[in-house]
Amino acid sequence: MNNIIIYIETEGGRIADVSLELLTKGRSLANQLSCKLEALLIGNNVESLSEELFLYGAEKVHLAQDKRLEFYQTLPYSAITIELFKQEKPQIALFGATSVGRDLAPRVSSSLMSGLTADCTSLEIGGHKEAKSGKEYNNLLYQIRPAFGGNIIATIINPDHRPQMATVREGVMKKEPLEKAVKGKVSSIDVSKIVTDNDFIVQIIERHIEDRKVDIKGSPVIIAGGFGVGSKENFKLLYDLASVLGGEVGASRAAVDAGFAEPARQIGQTGVTVRPKLYIAVGISGQIQHTAGMDQSAMIISINNDPAAPIHQIADYAIIGDLNEIIPRMIKSYKQNSK
Amino acid sequence: MSKKFKIVVLAKQVPDTRNVGKNAMKEDGTVNRAALPAIFNPEDMNALEQALRLKDRFPGSEVLLLTMGPGRAAEVIREGYYRGADGGVLLTDRKFAGADTLATSYALSMAIKKISPDIIIAGRQAIDGDTAQVGPQVAEKLNLPQVTYAEDIQGFENGKLTIKRRLERGVETVQCPIPAVITVHATAPDCRPRNAKQLMRFKHARTISEEQDNEHNSYLPLNTKESMRIPEWSVSDVGGDEINYGLSGSPTKVKKIENIVFQAKESKKLTSAYEDINSLICELISSHTIG
Repeated sequence: MNNIIIYIETEGGRIADVSLELLTKGRSLANQLSCKLEALLIGNNVESLSEELFLYGAEKVHLAQDKRLEFYQTLPYSAITIELFKQEKPQIALFGATSVGRDLAPRVSSSLMSGLTADCTSLEIGGHKEAKSGKEYNNLLYQIRPAFGGNIIATIINPDHRPQMATVREGVMKKEPLEKAVKGKVSSIDVSKIVTDNDFIVQIIERHIEDRKVDIKGSPVIIAGGFGVGSKENFKLLYDLASVLGGEVGASRAAVDAGFAEPARQIGQTGVTVRPKLYIAVGISGQIQHTAGMDQSAMIISINNDPAAPIHQIADYAIIGDLNEIIPRMIKSYKQNSK
Repeated sequence: MSKKFKIVVLAKQVPDTRNVGKNAMKEDGTVNRAALPAIFNPEDMNALEQALRLKDRFPGSEVLLLTMGPGRAAEVIREGYYRGADGGVLLTDRKFAGADTLATSYALSMAIKKISPDIIIAGRQAIDGDTAQVGPQVAEKLNLPQVTYAEDIQGFENGKLTIKRRLERGVETVQCPIPAVITVHATAPDCRPRNAKQLMRFKHARTISEEQDNEHNSYLPLNTKESMRIPEWSVSDVGGDEINYGLSGSPTKVKKIENIVFQAKESKKLTSAYEDINSLICELISSHTIG
């Protein structure tokens, strides 16, 4: 009772990274709150994944298995989640901010009248004193997220409603297995008692899930372009530099919106979060929307012809000038010096 | 006789957070929110287009905008008219103020019950919050199925809509009976432009509050035609339990707001000269950052 439950997302028989990241975060929150960390695993033939959840600190896996639950569907999955939360009364419930988590979590929060904060970038435990009533609260979940297009950082709390629910994007939290798996147990949910035929009125008739082709998250070097790169053609220079340095190309939201790069390359609050060894920001102004997704990079180089661009302020090296001159010079210099 | 739908499009007036230019920055480096223009939320435009396409395919269908906000949000309804919508309702009441996504969804769902549409279409998310919660929460409040991230509402057969969804790593096509709530992704087609005739016809459409303002501020012609009246609904018009509206209906509270101030850290300034770049690259190589 009053534990932390992490919703576990699976795709193609494996656990999504974001769920393992949330377990890692949930483990430390549970230690702080002296409560248990639990997982909710829904699917078809997914029981064997429990071992991995134990390795990431889940002490109990609530397992809902059924042939009809092969793929995520809003109604049956939310019915199971709502029913479990009603029984278990978790104090905190975390979901990945994925197409699944962002479809499921609001539905659950609406049914339970519990608050939900989307796309948190940080989760902490803390107290609160209500200004009007003077009522004090301990051990609330601080749900910290950028808002207003990323121009402010808001700390959200749910003082009186449980569970305190939040979604977190993939890559925002660190994923760390325990040295030794906990001795957890599996608790089966009787799906047939919860799910009715009426929950399957929306039918999936076709599904194409592609393996992620672009892996900017795992790349040690990222060359990211913004709107200032100017065109899709100019982005080729970035690919040239990336291939020389053994890196990947990323993009800001403005560059993706302008069609310079594909959405899978988007870095920032509404894209992926990265922390490479080297981040080269080209023609990126440096709005918080973007920097929220890259400011943890070990080293940042900014290239921008506007000396006042905010990106220069978070850069270790700020190069003021034209990318069409600078990038070829970087390539030339690297080729001369790398041997 | 072909099918006719009553379609409600949920739309929100939002500050244009995508274009925070230098003139929107205050001296302390934070954003001056008042300086941002108010716009029709971009993905709600994609939602409107999907509704108008259904109307094209099923003549006689009706497209209504529903928006919640202060009096100036009536602009959203007019914009809808200009692009081919048949009407709209502005939900406005001080009692709605301070609503989080859940209290917003409650208010919208109460208004939707009053309109009783066949299909509800909304943008996936609004750019001021990027939460993507209101669509699914409205669906839950109405006890309706939801189809999120729609890219194309492809057709209607045997009582079901066929909808293509854009997921993170692929696409999915589903069939969904109506009534249903659909949220539309930015990758769906852009909204058609304003129609000149509609613009001329509806530019004087006003809410009662706007007309009353005009009496004091009479450079705009007074609107006398009842058909040009944009309805304003308050809590008393849509009913429901007052505790569920506004601040009291919002489980989430904002504890703290920090404005982003761009912090200066030690950054070395370099020029585009080859010597500068060459020494940087050499440094990166010797520190094993690259190579």
